[in-house]
Amino acid sequence: MAETSSVRAALADAARYGLIAGALAFPILALRVEPDFSNKLVLETRWSWMLGAAIAAFVIRLVLALAPARAARRTLATAVDAPSAGGKTATRAIAAFGLGLIVAWPLIVLFTFGPAGALKWIDNYGVQILIYVMLGWGLNIVVGLAGLLDLGYVAFYAVGAYAYALLATNYGVSFWLCLPLAGILAAFWGILLGFPVLRLRGDYLAIVTLAFGEIIRIVLVNFSALTNGDAGIASIPRVTFFGLPFIAGPKGFAAYFDIPFSPIHRVVFLYYLILALALVTSLVTLRLRRLPIGRAWEALREDEIACRSLGLDTTKIKLTAFALGAMFGGFAGAFFAVRQGFVSPSSFNFVESATILAIVVLGGRGSQIGVAAAAIAIVGGSELLRELDFLKQIFGDGFDPTQYRMLLVGLAMVVMMNWRPRGFVSSRTPTIFLGERKTIAADLVQEGRG
Amino acid sequence: MAPPQAPSPTLLRVERMSMRFGGLTAVDDLSFDVRRGDITALIGPNGAGKTTVFNCITGFYKPTSGRISMAPDGAIDSAALDALTRSGARGGEGLHLLERMPDHEIARDARVARTFQNIRLFAGMTALENLIVAQHRPLMRASAFSLAGLIGAPSYRAAEQAARDKARDWLDRIGLTARADDPAGALPYGDQRRLEIARAMCADPVLLCLDEPAAGLNPRESAELNALLRSIRDDGTSLLLIEHDMSVVMEISDHVVVLDYGRKIADGAPAEIRADPSVIAAYLGVPDEEVAAVEQEIGA
Repeated sequence: MAETSSVRAALADAARYGLIAGALAFPILALRVEPDFSNKLVLETRWSWMLGAAIAAFVIRLVLALAPARAARRTLATAVDAPSAGGKTATRAIAAFGLGLIVAWPLIVLFTFGPAGALKWIDNYGVQILIYVMLGWGLNIVVGLAGLLDLGYVAFYAVGAYAYALLATNYGVSFWLCLPLAGILAAFWGILLGFPVLRLRGDYLAIVTLAFGEIIRIVLVNFSALTNGDAGIASIPRVTFFGLPFIAGPKGFAAYFDIPFSPIHRVVFLYYLILALALVTSLVTLRLRRLPIGRAWEALREDEIACRSLGLDTTKIKLTAFALGAMFGGFAGAFFAVRQGFVSPSSFNFVESATILAIVVLGGRGSQIGVAAAAIAIVGGSELLRELDFLKQIFGDGFDPTQYRMLLVGLAMVVMMNWRPRGFVSSRTPTIFLGERKTIAADLVQEGRG
Repeated sequence: MAPPQAPSPTLLRVERMSMRFGGLTAVDDLSFDVRRGDITALIGPNGAGKTTVFNCITGFYKPTSGRISMAPDGAIDSAALDALTRSGARGGEGLHLLERMPDHEIARDARVARTFQNIRLFAGMTALENLIVAQHRPLMRASAFSLAGLIGAPSYRAAEQAARDKARDWLDRIGLTARADDPAGALPYGDQRRLEIARAMCADPVLLCLDEPAAGLNPRESAELNALLRSIRDDGTSLLLIEHDMSVVMEISDHVVVLDYGRKIADGAPAEIRADPSVIAAYLGVPDEEVAAVEQEIGA
């Protein structure tokens, strides 16, 4: 009885929403004024659009109204089985499988699509995503562990990229020497940013870091004598296989190993290079978390005043977090420059910073796997939109799915805010234990206020 | 209980300290000594300035005027103290001028640890992690600024094991061993209070400052706390505590300093304080005329 009455109520409610949506759609969608060929305005009517909007609102509302009963059951179930040991081994198995898949990805794609078709899948879906995974892991040190909100992370990425670009084009320094140099330079800039913002917290810290990111970009635009301004730096030496260039000639990589030349060699090498860099970032971070410095970062995020009362020098702790996060950003920047062969200030605008921060927040601050998953979702997702060309057959030739990228990101954010406000992986794993390692629920872990 | 011999050496000396916030004088010309091996209690009605005194001693506030000196390893020697004050340095030769030092150096070099009135644990970290973070300095040195730690050097492993053993000892002492791996924020209130004391002790202090350690505890927990504080003192750490609970103060303290409106109105052994008319007046709240009369009587 109760069941039918609730369904009836849901139907009535959905019908009301459908009516409202239809009424709203009438002026917005149903009526359209267009100039005809003689430039006279003609009123067109699109009743099917209006009807579609009304039906969509009706269906969505109905589903939502009937869903809570199911949702309540689900929360009960997860509350019971969350801390089970089976879940832990399953997570580990998923992580191992994921890592295996990532390592084998270029080979899988090569066998599936052949050298010509695989290029896109390794470059756009492999290298591109891994750069953001690495940047996300680097920023995770600052935002996730130390709890310092940094909106200008792209500045360090830019420093790394320009460090390699300038050193390689002007002085012919090799990539392998430039890589640590780029990291050191970025760390230096990280400390430089760290000093003025030491006393700032929360919103103020975010604003100053945002400004710092913009300052670096604007300097790159205007310091033309060094950076060539908006035009950027072109023909940066490409990556070599430890000295062997990926070229067709007799001195190239292919000739040395006596295999037919293919542009895919370089891309595969770049893939494994960025994979190695990203894994180093992750391993160092995981290791540091279990050292006094990592614990101090997390303690800083939890309570800065308590840290000081225990004799922890919060200045040094903040600076090391900024410096290390920046260093990994610098590595990623040098990789970016060697991959593109071209850098310009337009690659380092605020949207990049926002994307990296969105990856960290979406993944769950402090979580390595969560950040990797978020990078795949955000970067891979927006690449996938390019693959949706078949939609043109439904919506007409003017339809470009990539135009909806930001709309979808916004939608995803709203969904996440409701579903998992603390990101994919929000629990925290202790760094040391006496009896057993129990994960800590997100609501106890502080987010840091800068 | 208290040693009847000559008074033990002075560990912490507060001299003519004042703290003004704009027009408000929170602490007015306060002087007192904390002797080594004592439990010194700082009491007074609400708003008397007790926590302000704590914040000045531990460096969270800079006093407007006055001198706070601390001798973690020996006793305060007036001549050496004056020489140090004139030299303009922060400290040296076992003597520190706390009003010149930033808060974390007071905790680290002058070895003054503290707890907070509103508990400040690292809520998202486990009880054990809280105690390990407090041992940051020896661990940091053992990890050679993370380099030896990164490669997993045996010397660092040994240091971490030692830190874990020390933390475990403290967890045993406060009866929280079974909850070592639970997040500190999920512990009951009384456990959090004891854990905060244990965390401060893991920083290896000479002087432990406790801001209302018995607040919110039931009588049984309060008695356990008294035993814990006594055992800490008997192990060689001096205590300075702010407390409202008179049973705690009278039972465990060796020396009591009473504040009212930022001024010291009494200073002595618990028995003397209990009989002091100005203290009674401050606590029971007699009418103003009578206070004046009482003050005249005692010559304040």
